[in-house]
Amino acid sequence: MAAPRAPFVGRPMLRREDRRLLLGEGQYVADLVLPRMLHAAFVRSPLAHARIRSVDLSRAAAAPGVAYVLSGMQLAQLLPPVPDHQVALPGKWRTTVKHHILNPQQALLAADKVRHVGEAYAVVVAESRYAAEDAAALIEAEFDPLPAVIDPEAALAPGAAIVHEQFGTNLIAELSAAKGDAAGALAQAPHRLARRFHHERYAALPIECRGVVSEYDRRTQSLTTWSSTQVVHWVRREVAATLGMPEARVRCVALDVGGGFGIKGHVYPEDLLIPFLAREIGRPVKWIEDRHEHLMCSCHSRDQIHDVEIGFDDTGRILAFRDRFLADSGAFNPIGSGVTYNTIAHLMGPYRIDNFAAEARVVATNKVPNAPYRGAGRPEAALATERAMDLVAGALGMEPAEVRRRNMIRPDEMPYKLGIVYRDGEPIVYDGGDYAGALDKALAAVGGLAAFRERQKAARAQGRHLGLGIGCYTEGTGAGPFEGATVRIEPSGKIYVAGGACPQGQGMETIFAQVVADAWQVDIDDVVVTLADTAAIPMGFGTVASRSTVTLSAAIHHASDRLREKVFAIAANLLECGPQDLELRNGTVGVIGVPDMAVPLAKVAQAARPGWDHGRPAGIDAGLEDTYYFEPPTVTWSYAVHAVIVEVDIGTGGVRLDRYAVAHDCGVVVNPMLVEGQIIGGTVQGVGGGLFERFAYDEEGQLLTGSLMDYLAPTASDVPDIALVHLHSPSPLNPLGVKGLGEGGAIAPPVAIANAVADALRPFGAEFNSTPILPEQIVRSAQQGASRWPK
Amino acid sequence: MAEPVTIRLTVNGEAREGRCEPRKLLADFLREDLGLTGTHVGCEHGVCGACTIHVNGEAARSCIMLAAQAEGAELRTIEGVAENGKFHPLQQAFHEKHGLQCGFCTPGMLMVALDFLRHNPDPTEAEIREAISAVLCRCTGYRDIVRAIAAGAAAMRKTAGPG
Amino acid sequence: MKPAQFEYHAPATLDAAIALLARHKGEARPLAGGQSLLPMMNFRVVTPAAIVDLNRIPGLAYIRAEGGTVRIGAMTRHRQVEFSPVIAEKLPLLAEAIRLVAHLPIRTRGTMGGSLAHADPAAELPMVLQALEGEVVARGPGGERTIKAADFLRGMLTTSLAADEILTEVRFPATPPRARCAVEEFSRRRGDFAIAAVAAVIERDGNRCVKARLATAGVGPASIRLRDAEAILERDGLGDDAVDAAAAKAAATVEPQSDQQGSAEYRRHLTRVLAARAVRRARTVQ
Repeated sequence: MAAPRAPFVGRPMLRREDRRLLLGEGQYVADLVLPRMLHAAFVRSPLAHARIRSVDLSRAAAAPGVAYVLSGMQLAQLLPPVPDHQVALPGKWRTTVKHHILNPQQALLAADKVRHVGEAYAVVVAESRYAAEDAAALIEAEFDPLPAVIDPEAALAPGAAIVHEQFGTNLIAELSAAKGDAAGALAQAPHRLARRFHHERYAALPIECRGVVSEYDRRTQSLTTWSSTQVVHWVRREVAATLGMPEARVRCVALDVGGGFGIKGHVYPEDLLIPFLAREIGRPVKWIEDRHEHLMCSCHSRDQIHDVEIGFDDTGRILAFRDRFLADSGAFNPIGSGVTYNTIAHLMGPYRIDNFAAEARVVATNKVPNAPYRGAGRPEAALATERAMDLVAGALGMEPAEVRRRNMIRPDEMPYKLGIVYRDGEPIVYDGGDYAGALDKALAAVGGLAAFRERQKAARAQGRHLGLGIGCYTEGTGAGPFEGATVRIEPSGKIYVAGGACPQGQGMETIFAQVVADAWQVDIDDVVVTLADTAAIPMGFGTVASRSTVTLSAAIHHASDRLREKVFAIAANLLECGPQDLELRNGTVGVIGVPDMAVPLAKVAQAARPGWDHGRPAGIDAGLEDTYYFEPPTVTWSYAVHAVIVEVDIGTGGVRLDRYAVAHDCGVVVNPMLVEGQIIGGTVQGVGGGLFERFAYDEEGQLLTGSLMDYLAPTASDVPDIALVHLHSPSPLNPLGVKGLGEGGAIAPPVAIANAVADALRPFGAEFNSTPILPEQIVRSAQQGASRWPK
Repeated sequence: MAEPVTIRLTVNGEAREGRCEPRKLLADFLREDLGLTGTHVGCEHGVCGACTIHVNGEAARSCIMLAAQAEGAELRTIEGVAENGKFHPLQQAFHEKHGLQCGFCTPGMLMVALDFLRHNPDPTEAEIREAISAVLCRCTGYRDIVRAIAAGAAAMRKTAGPG
Repeated sequence: MKPAQFEYHAPATLDAAIALLARHKGEARPLAGGQSLLPMMNFRVVTPAAIVDLNRIPGLAYIRAEGGTVRIGAMTRHRQVEFSPVIAEKLPLLAEAIRLVAHLPIRTRGTMGGSLAHADPAAELPMVLQALEGEVVARGPGGERTIKAADFLRGMLTTSLAADEILTEVRFPATPPRARCAVEEFSRRRGDFAIAAVAAVIERDGNRCVKARLATAGVGPASIRLRDAEAILERDGLGDDAVDAAAAKAAATVEPQSDQQGSAEYRRHLTRVLAARAVRRARTVQ
């Protein structure tokens, strides 16, 4: 009998997903071909804000290859209004947090007004996408243009055009949270700073755009929809509601998904419209979003303006932090208060701040709707707080790292009650971590602070400008409300696991096989994982908010615990012993200390069957399956420190990243190779936000970044190798001790880079309080010593 | 309505034929007419590189080529890289070094890397980064792709032998 | 997006191609590498009634050094230029600039003729044409003509080619061995179009600047020669003061646009910085 084998959890197992993806045998929604399938093309608004006077589909309907045309006005007659599908707010949050939220509902196709460039108001379905686009060009629409609401501050001014007239205002939400007495503490603080920080709009840019294929089956009156989505159960629920069908008759599947990063994490109008068209026309319908569409209709993110006041003493201790900010929601707000309250919840970061107040106002504008994207409100918070920390350091002539240390919560203060609640309504409690330790490690990984200052001095003497910047954050992960797992042991002895998570590249087929293999002491190849399919498990939540490793592992753990009791009861019956004498070993259930007395799991599964000659003891029902819905008590807290050294060319404004390090803690790690991939990937997306990526609109609401020539994502030449240092403070909130990490990498880079560039240009007295940092801004700052780039 | 064109070409060593509108993009022709969906479309702007294939041995972006331009050409797509289901050393390296996450850019990355390594079989990290700046990846942050290509190049040099 | 419909022709001879262009009276576009044309067609920004595919016409891709001239066929791919020992030896400015053109997979398809005929204001090859005082050969229904660089580039995406003319060859005088070249380009990412670029060819004799040629990309509707800056160098030499004065003059000469990537003022500033850097690098004695 072999010694207990090494656990799979913690090992850098190679991925099961790789084989098909490397061979070009992955199946993404665009690859799906169904008999008699038709292709949809949307007609999208060229104007930012206008009333739709008329839409003439006649020429399009007569075009070659066209099967069906539909305008928003017509759809309004065919389908009842869309039910509210924003994320529900927990009662505990609603009763604790001051808020006022209006919910503008988005029509599946715009009928009365268009509210952003790119909003669809008609759709053509034809034999090919080519033919559909030809026909779409024949649709004649008449618009009465309205003034475009582009600047969120102007949107709140009296006399501004109103995006959603039924509200009479563009202020669609207000939220606030506070602790202590920020106003009083500010007034009494020995020093005060006030600044505005602007985190501009950018987004996920997955290389696979969105896409939906739907097929209605007349025989069973059921519908299957394949969507490049992160939330199959939510899509299924909304499709069923919209089409007036029972959920049991709707199946939603996500095939291989080419990146999501949050913006595929909610239900889009196309998710509901394509199923409607499939049923209406009686043939499968495919819609694949192209990149140009994607940039103007898949959700954007970030886009917050923060007015921060910070009070501090001579030692750099933060006495008060007050932040009033605007969130530019765009034309709709699919996730309601989610992103904005996330910002509020993360503003205090890893710091001890006794007096805190944050007030958010969410503003509707004529831009693409704003939804969560990797970080989801946390990068905006980090920009405000971490720039403020550097400004405090500058005011006192202290090292920025020193100001951090002065204010960081210490490990011996854990668990630390922050004093405000999280999005789930639970009081925020930091559950472990060594923030200053992470700071030390990140600085060491870029060569050390003292060594850098020497290097910087020598470079300055040669007319070269190097700078060091840091960005620290905490991150609530593994949010509820729940995730589901079904664990079933097949008569073959294989363990079958289904879960509500929806992968988009994270390696979940591998990660959860590792977790299950350990839970059942089987070989990893004896685990079968099914995800992203509503037919596999009745209820699921999906993959957003860095939650799947935490919540699905826990659900698997609890389901396995319950199932194990049944397995031991049946095995005990077969082995004629007591269940308390048994253990799992190598795919069998055996008597502890007796190597020869064991029964394979396959035999237990066979014995569990119903019918004659089963092997179950009295009182044990048939079947060997358990489904558990894990409801996390609250979020568990990851954290990290990013450190970056930049070289700035003040002649051109170019920024080169010289070194980059991340010191990161996500608790217990299931697969270290995959964890590193997530952190590096997130970090480079963050670098994008710091130096390259921005959605720009002109005053008429025209999107200036409508192609990949204008919207610039980082390439391999734009980023250096990134050093990673790992810390481990296991989570006390779930059986495995894991924490989430999917988003973290993207949180700190914009502010770390801003801090680094400011450090490089310290002789010029330059500040960088917005993202991305543009070359021209740097040149002007160096020329003028100006503090803000006038936009 | 334009006259359809017949296109005869070789794909992954096999003679293939198709008939389509002259405006049909080569990427769509491969995916729809020839059923080779391993080549992915990420932009149609000619920027993201996910659609990269080999045309007459050289990397090219299939979303900005007409299918008609491939008449008489020899194409290689991702489906033609492995041999009888056995990974090419570069694919094996991607697997071992975690050079892919969602897999959508991966065929483009591999095709660019294969062409690049033909001319530069022992590249530096900077040279690899420059070569693959032709393909956008959102998942990996590039580090593990660079390591995979370096490892794949080493394995390929070993198989190629000295001289 | 998918392109709009068009008639497709793939003639086997140059004359057939020219006849097709003439027949379509300006509504047809020649297709060379397609690396600029296809994206525009995919956006339906350009919707030609017909495409005349030049790729089946033999004999249009070559690199020949003849006497003091290098002749490059219009269908020569960038990649062939990149790997050509003749170019490396005789046109070092082109050898340097070609590596800045986009990325490897674009360079396998993009052509010299296509890039010049497209005349993107931020592209590197029109700048090289100016800096090396090259000329192009165009053939139309009326026969063949040679067009000098300065007469060829007329404005934003505009050349003096007629709608029924095809560019067949580009000619450059071979760069004398004593000349030094440098391209200084600033772009947001490696391989992007230039926000600003200056190409410099400097021939020096001791401290004298015998000949200076400076050309731009990205800082105006078309690439231009910085003749006044050149004159300063040729008159005052290659010392730091002269270089700075020439660079300042270069900045005053250009007429850049403001756009998303930068304001006109910033581009003027870049012109000054990059001109100085290009000349400084080019003046280095080997």
